[in-house]
Amino acid sequence: MTTDRSRADPGVTVDITTTVGAFTVTADFTASAGITALFGPSGSGKSVTLATVAGLLRPDRGTIALGDSVVADPARGVHVPTQDRRLGMVFQHAGLLPHRSPLDNVAIAVRTGNRTRRRELAGSWLDRVHAGHLATTPTATLSGGEQQRIALARALAGQPRLLLLDEPFSALDQPTRRSLRQLVRDLVDAHDLTAIVVTHDLDDIAHLADRVVLYEPGSTTTSHDLEPDRPDELLRLLRLIT
Amino acid sequence: MTDWFPLWLSLRVSATATVVAAMVGIGLAYLLAKGRFRGRGLLEAVATMPIVLPPTVLGYYLLTTLGVNSPVGRAWERLFGGPLVFTPTAAVVAASLSALPFVVRTGRAAIEDVDPRLEAALRVAGHPEWRIATLVTLPMARRGVLAGIALGFARALGDFGATVMVAGNIPGRTQTLPIAVYDSVQAGNDSAARTGALILAGIAVVVLLTVTSLSTRRT
Repeated sequence: MTTDRSRADPGVTVDITTTVGAFTVTADFTASAGITALFGPSGSGKSVTLATVAGLLRPDRGTIALGDSVVADPARGVHVPTQDRRLGMVFQHAGLLPHRSPLDNVAIAVRTGNRTRRRELAGSWLDRVHAGHLATTPTATLSGGEQQRIALARALAGQPRLLLLDEPFSALDQPTRRSLRQLVRDLVDAHDLTAIVVTHDLDDIAHLADRVVLYEPGSTTTSHDLEPDRPDELLRLLRLIT
Repeated sequence: MTDWFPLWLSLRVSATATVVAAMVGIGLAYLLAKGRFRGRGLLEAVATMPIVLPPTVLGYYLLTTLGVNSPVGRAWERLFGGPLVFTPTAAVVAASLSALPFVVRTGRAAIEDVDPRLEAALRVAGHPEWRIATLVTLPMARRGVLAGIALGFARALGDFGATVMVAGNIPGRTQTLPIAVYDSVQAGNDSAARTGALILAGIAVVVLLTVTSLSTRRT
């Protein structure tokens, strides 16, 4: 199902409505290589969209396509299980297994090779997130920033078609947040990844996003491309949601 | 000289019953915690019934289901050449059913307590549900599950009513320690009754201390 071609054509097209309890959110956007930020106030449904793209929730209507393969389309009875969507995901809290070492936590996400090979690959991913020295440190003793680095390595170790980041920095202090933001930027550029990041932090928009999808409670999302040499763009976005 | 057979039989029966209840109970607990299917409420009620039913009533139903005139009892007799009721095996069945609800209810709560994001992370990484259960859910829920198994063991060891109905009170064959205590009291043998009661109370205290330490040493 996953070929080199789909790695080279990793865009995602989302046009969905998802209902969770009494809460309904409609999202309509396209994300291509680079970083797309889902931006809006808390409770506007950004994470619901992300969970739907991941297949952890089912949309009521619409379609989600990864490259040219449709992974969700309730009208035609299509729902590709999360396991088969080949994604990487990082949550606000790292969600590492506390009873496994950091190396094991990453190796669990490597999809190919025998145990030795998986651990080698996991080790190289730990190096790439500058956490190679933490491979065997007891997971529960790591700081929030260290755990988040390892969660990032785990998300990338499966060679995902799409990287999903759900408020990955919001539980961290400012300096840690800055260095992790840079790390994400560098990794996305180095591996030519498509990433969607959910955030309510304007700094993430300013320093990380290539395009932004605005969430306003009660209405369909709107997409905006960000041009790095136009700082007034940020002010315009801010005005749109306040 | 005290007769140690009832203690030995009780330990053997309750250990076997605990293994049976743990295997069936963990499966049921996982199914009830994760499954969304019709009849889930009914299944939970049936698995919990041994807690609320008088043990003699549970024993009565077992006797009716497994007795020599029942289809199950007749099938057992054809397979193994003797009846199931009034044997140590029948005592194991009674003790397993008494222990089961403790494993199911405590285990289910522990499984539901596991952070769903940990499971989601492994789902995203491509692991099938059974792998997620063995890599994440059960290891994370192990304290609660073990507490349930410990409670189930204590309940199995202490069962009187269901065991006496379905396995009887045959000294040297099916007479477990709780039944022996009752017998000793009836026979006016105070010292044997006291010894048996002390042993059972001692084991109960150890089990409860274990359960407490399992439920407080959480991270």
